[in-house]
Amino acid sequence: MLTFVNVIVAGLLTGCVYGLMALGLSVIFGVIRIVNFAHGEMLAVAMYATLVLNQTLGLDPFLLMPLVALVLFLAGYVLQDRLINRYMARPEHDQFLLLIAVSIMLTSSMLIAFGPDARTIQVDYAYDSYELGGVLIDKVRMLAALGAVGGSAALWLFFRFTRIGKSIRACADNQVGAQVVGLDVKRLYAVTFGIGAGCVGASGGLLLLLVDVQPYIAADYTLLAFIIVIIGGLGSMPGALLGGLLVGVSEAASGFLIMPSLKSMFSFGLLIIVLLVRPRGLFGRSA
Amino acid sequence: MIGRFSRREFGLGSFAIGASLAANGFRRARAQTTALKVGILLPRSGFEAQIGQGCQRGFDVSVPILRDMGYAIELMLADTESKPEVARVQAEKLIDEGANLLCGAWDSGQTAAVAQVSEQHGVPLVINIAADPKITEQGYKFVFRNFPNAPMLMTGALSLMRDLFETTGTTPKTAVLMAVNDTFGQAAQNAITTLVPKLGIPFRILDVVSYDPQAKDLSIEVAKAKSSGADLHLAVTRLNDGILMIREMVKQRYEPMGIISPGSPGFYERPFSKALGKYAEYAFSHNAWMDPNQPLTKIIDAAFRKMFPNDAFDLNVGFSFEAALIAADAYKRAGSTNPEALVEALRTTHLAQRVMIGDPIRFDEKGQNAGNRLASLQVRDGKPTVVLPVVNAEGKPVFPVPGWSQRG
Repeated sequence: MLTFVNVIVAGLLTGCVYGLMALGLSVIFGVIRIVNFAHGEMLAVAMYATLVLNQTLGLDPFLLMPLVALVLFLAGYVLQDRLINRYMARPEHDQFLLLIAVSIMLTSSMLIAFGPDARTIQVDYAYDSYELGGVLIDKVRMLAALGAVGGSAALWLFFRFTRIGKSIRACADNQVGAQVVGLDVKRLYAVTFGIGAGCVGASGGLLLLLVDVQPYIAADYTLLAFIIVIIGGLGSMPGALLGGLLVGVSEAASGFLIMPSLKSMFSFGLLIIVLLVRPRGLFGRSA
Repeated sequence: MIGRFSRREFGLGSFAIGASLAANGFRRARAQTTALKVGILLPRSGFEAQIGQGCQRGFDVSVPILRDMGYAIELMLADTESKPEVARVQAEKLIDEGANLLCGAWDSGQTAAVAQVSEQHGVPLVINIAADPKITEQGYKFVFRNFPNAPMLMTGALSLMRDLFETTGTTPKTAVLMAVNDTFGQAAQNAITTLVPKLGIPFRILDVVSYDPQAKDLSIEVAKAKSSGADLHLAVTRLNDGILMIREMVKQRYEPMGIISPGSPGFYERPFSKALGKYAEYAFSHNAWMDPNQPLTKIIDAAFRKMFPNDAFDLNVGFSFEAALIAADAYKRAGSTNPEALVEALRTTHLAQRVMIGDPIRFDEKGQNAGNRLASLQVRDGKPTVVLPVVNAEGKPVFPVPGWSQRG
């Protein structure tokens, strides 16, 4: 029983990081209505950025988290401002192709720069764990989860209380209305994509503490992010977080109780159930 | 029935025979100066990239050494991207581009795909590493494997475990098996669960935990293995998952008597020790290994250090070199790139000068070399050290192993 509790706690903590990662995808879709097929690749870029900065500056990944998020924010801003904005009026399949092209280019660039080997970050506390009433809590996983919760809270505060955050929400609610009242929608789109990329940047740094990075890791995480946001409801921030937790826990529980190699199957099973019972997702708005 | 030959007929006949002999002789002489085109199929990218590149180094180092030995081969490289479907396409591409013989492909699933292509096109395949027994059980005529298959590996590895327990005077009563869920992992898992009772191995397997070969987190799998309460942890892994597994074992304070990898990669590889440091120490790997006393091993070791000073000379290198040697030797004896001639030469292979521990390389009627022998390796001071059999041992085995917190 105690082992099962351990597994569920680990699933919850991992789910928090999944949630932050999926939050980026959800924010971008919720406002810009574009599906970011390069999401996983941006995550891998963030992981490599954290790795390189850790090796050159010797700083802890937690201290690097804001810096990497900022770098990804700027990259995302430029990508939307210079490239994706030009595709906004085009058919959706053009947008898909554009972002798939971006994802392939990012993977190839990472392969050229870092090679195919899996790389990891070495921190002093990598093997530490806390014991709480017989339950073992992995220190790295717990810190990563705290970072994810902190990042999500900061994002919520930004959208709730800042002027730009409110403007972005206005764009998401009614794009034409936002233009009518004089909001610079294209700039706000760029800021939104930057914020989404920043979320990916922050979660990439945290995820590097849990898994090794290699260029081909991206596709799996793009798929995972899609599962999470569809379960939670496309465009919903609390939905993305809840979706992350549900996927983390369902993977952990099914892997432990049934068979570990089937754990991904249960994420898809959860997705199918949600699509059947509540097609707009747990927190999604009806069309 | 026997008619008389006229002088003209006799003259023409003699000319034809002479011309044919001369042409054969010319072809033979030309074959020895023209390099054999060997298509190398390896997972040089994707999740098996590290090991694929290790094998590639074995083929790379073989070219100058084989040239000095009087052989001539030319490598044609292809990346299987760690995917069987890509391996199949790449094998066809290499054959279209003129490969006379194929070598590879390290992974059983990818090798099985390449073997089908090889058989369909009638181009010989020399398998460097791949253990699924089915590959040589299909009745293929063009497929030859120097590497021990999974039952051979597991029989050797389990027999060595018995020797290990006898030598150290400690016998675990129970074990848990964690195995990667791919072609090789499944073959190994079946072989272990069948052979343990059959070979009279003194422990009972309490649980088998199989996992996705591309898993990025093994916390659940390790928790499940820990909950079995077994004395011994058996691990059929690749490289990255082997690292992930040990990390999780440390975090979850899971301390069995020992961790033994029967016949699978991972623990003996340099990145394993580099990534885990003191936690890699004392991990056992029962596997085919290089014979340090063979002159050829010493030559390769020296050349390898020169060409790849930052990489390890391990069994991936050794078996890949031997695959190239087998191909080059068959070509030399066949005197032709004709596939039938190459296959005939491969069937009669007898290479006493080896790199790996074992009898001379020979192939049985199924194309399998049954003469490889295994060694028990234990990571000591960051290096795989032979601890059994005693005749080849470089050190004494430590079993049970010290707990995680008791290490340096």
